[in-house]
Amino acid sequence: MEQIGFYINQSICQGCKACSVACKDKNNTKVGINFRRVYTKEEGAYIQEPNGGIVHNVTSYYFSIACNHCEQPACLKNCPTGAVVKRDEDGVVTIDQEICAGAQLCVSACPYGGPQYNKETFKSNKCNFCIDLQEKGEDPVCVATCPLGAIEFGPIEELRKKYGKIRQIKGMPSPSITKPNIVITPHRDAKLV
Amino acid sequence: MSKDSPVKNLLANKMQRRTFLKWSGAFGVPVIAGGVGTKLLIDQQTEEKVASASDWDKVVSTCSINNCGGRCVIKAYVKDGVVVRVATDTQESGDPSIPPLRACVRGRNYRNLLYHPDRLKYPMKRVGKRGEGKFERISWKEAIETIASEIKRIGDTYGPESRYVNYASGQSWGLHSGRNSARKVLALTGGYLNYRNDYSSGAGNVATPYTYGTNNSGSSFDSLLHSKYIILWGQNPSEMIFSTPYREYLMGAKKNGAKIILIDPRYTDTAIAFADEWIPIKPTTDNAMMDAMGYVIVTEKLHDQAFLDKYCVGFDGDHMPEGISKEESLKSYLLGEKDGVPKTPEWAEKICGVPSEKIREVARNYATIKPAALIQGWAAQRQAYGEQFMRGGAQLACLTGNVGKLGGWAAGTGYWSRADIAYPFKVENPVKASIPCFLWTKAIEQGTEMTAADGLQGTDKLTTNIKLIFNMAGNMLVNQHADINKTTSLLEDESKVEFICVSDLFMTPSARYADIVLPGTTFFERYDIGVPWCFGDYVVFGDKTIEPLYECRNEYDVFTEVADKLGVKEQFTEGMTILDLVKESIKRTREELDPNFPTFEEFREKGVHHFKFDEPLVGFKAQIDDIENNPFETPSGKIELFSKTLWDMKQHEEIPALAKYISSWEGPEDPLIEKYPLQLISWHYKRRCHSTYDNMPWLEEAAKQEMWLNPKDAEKRGIKDGDKVQVFNDRGILMIDVKVTTRITPGVAGIPQGAWYTPDKAGTDQRGSVNVLTSQRPTPLAKSNPQLTNLVEVKKA
Repeated sequence: MEQIGFYINQSICQGCKACSVACKDKNNTKVGINFRRVYTKEEGAYIQEPNGGIVHNVTSYYFSIACNHCEQPACLKNCPTGAVVKRDEDGVVTIDQEICAGAQLCVSACPYGGPQYNKETFKSNKCNFCIDLQEKGEDPVCVATCPLGAIEFGPIEELRKKYGKIRQIKGMPSPSITKPNIVITPHRDAKLV
Repeated sequence: MSKDSPVKNLLANKMQRRTFLKWSGAFGVPVIAGGVGTKLLIDQQTEEKVASASDWDKVVSTCSINNCGGRCVIKAYVKDGVVVRVATDTQESGDPSIPPLRACVRGRNYRNLLYHPDRLKYPMKRVGKRGEGKFERISWKEAIETIASEIKRIGDTYGPESRYVNYASGQSWGLHSGRNSARKVLALTGGYLNYRNDYSSGAGNVATPYTYGTNNSGSSFDSLLHSKYIILWGQNPSEMIFSTPYREYLMGAKKNGAKIILIDPRYTDTAIAFADEWIPIKPTTDNAMMDAMGYVIVTEKLHDQAFLDKYCVGFDGDHMPEGISKEESLKSYLLGEKDGVPKTPEWAEKICGVPSEKIREVARNYATIKPAALIQGWAAQRQAYGEQFMRGGAQLACLTGNVGKLGGWAAGTGYWSRADIAYPFKVENPVKASIPCFLWTKAIEQGTEMTAADGLQGTDKLTTNIKLIFNMAGNMLVNQHADINKTTSLLEDESKVEFICVSDLFMTPSARYADIVLPGTTFFERYDIGVPWCFGDYVVFGDKTIEPLYECRNEYDVFTEVADKLGVKEQFTEGMTILDLVKESIKRTREELDPNFPTFEEFREKGVHHFKFDEPLVGFKAQIDDIENNPFETPSGKIELFSKTLWDMKQHEEIPALAKYISSWEGPEDPLIEKYPLQLISWHYKRRCHSTYDNMPWLEEAAKQEMWLNPKDAEKRGIKDGDKVQVFNDRGILMIDVKVTTRITPGVAGIPQGAWYTPDKAGTDQRGSVNVLTSQRPTPLAKSNPQLTNLVEVKKA
């Protein structure tokens, strides 16, 4: 098995959300269901100086994330029906829509917000790494979408060789919980101290 | 996500899970079941069909042509005549001569645009009072007969100057925009009143040539790969897509070690992705900071005296135009020799809010790190004295000698162009009279009273007010023009403009004011060539992906029939269909402009053509290399820091000969700020192109329509993040949700522009359409739109 994963070059992410909406287009997901999501973080404050000058230490960054197709997926462990499967061939985690009973335990278990519950179909679903497109020789849509090329995918070991091993930024859970298959180049303001 | 998730801090779910956007389609357009495959199309979008996204018959390469600054490749995956998914350019990045043209978030939503249930589906005529929104279905035959007879009746009654084609940009960046079709029919039947300029860079377009003789003051973006210091002043290419490949080159510049500074009242997405530092500034005060930078550069002797001596007029007393006193020079102004006010950083800090030490630092860096590019966005010129902003930036570029140098930048409007295609569709208007585009509402009310002082050109006096308006694929008629309440009350008076025809995809606020509404086509439904703004060395093929839905028709075909009714069909089409025009353009481009341009078949196959160049284009390189043989196109042949032409206008307070800070009405120094203490700005939002796509739920989810307010200002008013507030001034009231964010300067409120005007019964806008609060007072020189100059107050609703 050759585990595949995502690489996110967060340092150049401009928060355009093209990845997120392209994912919706591919998966026909309605408002409220987002297999790939882009989060914003902002910190800092202002001081007004006596002469009117505005001094600040404001920082902000975006972060795009989907399913991390973890080594130890919390969604899989918590699924009561066996709908969540980790594929042998590439480590992609999928939810079988035929089997899913809509218990939402995967939704609450995942520390990354990956699985998304659909109130109309009473089932949960998530990023499946566009395996259907990959079979046809195409890249996952988020990868093929990012205007700045900030999302890549491939065998996780290769990505780690190329980009390092960072898989946690400020605010993210410890990777020891699920062992996510993600590599991140953090934004200058998102580095863990 | 679980409530106790450890990631909650970061992933505090900002995405509003809105099940349905109640405002969309709130205009009560009758939804007609049926039409061409409507049911099938809607069914195709249900989740059961998810599998179809990876099941397609063919991939068609096309291109959107609305008024976005970029152009991107759109690949439509088609199954059984239905677009099941869109993709974009697969070109890898890395080769600067063929930058990838990847769609942004807007481009990923196109399937929803195409198959939106609210699309206009057939022609309609107004049956209630104008603006009331009551329409009735009519046949295309009736629509065309009405349009033809009104063109004739109004032309015969009032003369051709009564006929006007409004500024519109909904599908303007292809070979055939609807407005050009309307213009040509009018031109062939007597003519129409022209407009000049645009709403995007109006003040800059008029001001920059006073400095440089032209608006082509930019350099190709690959030149930035050679820059060491880049100041983006009020420019936000991450969100508004100034040019599709621009960001690729900014990224390259960054990789090459350039330091990037961003000056803006907002911590924009551009700042997040590209800038090393964000410098917040109060709107309308940019020239105070510019003046102080000039002061620092001059007093610390960091200016390029040799450059100023050789190429410029007006820097110091030794280089003034004949008959102008020495104390009118730029140096004298900066030092305060005449007015007693040296333009020190401390002086500027009080006005613009940028700390004096920061101003000194930026000025020193800009003057000493060479080459440096000061690139001006057009946001700050969309204000009361926007002309000063554009000339002020150019002035700094000259002080530091960054003009005409690789990796430098001349500032100003910043157009550049070195690649073009042939336009086979020509319009020759027999009427020569023109007005500034922003003053069309004035030309409705007081056209015959307008003079050269209002920017009237081509005639001393108009013989009539505007009586007929074609508004083709545009929302300027109501939504995007300033002061919506004033505009709508003008349009409601049917004795003023007697006939309004609107073509669009949706019942926009502008379409609501039409007498005849025509259902237009998307780019998926016709052939075209996508041409970027002048900043791009490429064109994109726009293949027809599917047949037009419902009874929708493109304007070229509609006006062909109107022309037929008026007896000018042959002159109108010159025997060509839309597809013929595309082919003719390609053929003539190959023959006349570029022998390497692909054939129709090659272009269609590849989908995109990149023009190739050996080296970057550097604005004014020819002039700087050899000014004797290549003078600037100004009266003096030099760069005019001091413009004698402006001086001779004798309006020195508002139209000074030198660029300088002018304290703005509705700026931070206007006493009105006591009553309305917040400066309100707007911006091009990443989820819309102006007002286009405002009704798209996926995009509302991606980037909600909300007002940005600094925590300090919110707290003062008891406003919390997510609260609904009322924003108001003497011109109007709007309702909007607030995003409390440190990403906006204290004292400034920001509303993304382009939300559709959605009034309740009392006339209070419910959607956050910023133009209910903006003013129709034009800028002094260009007579352009000051839509980023507003004072407002906000209270919790």
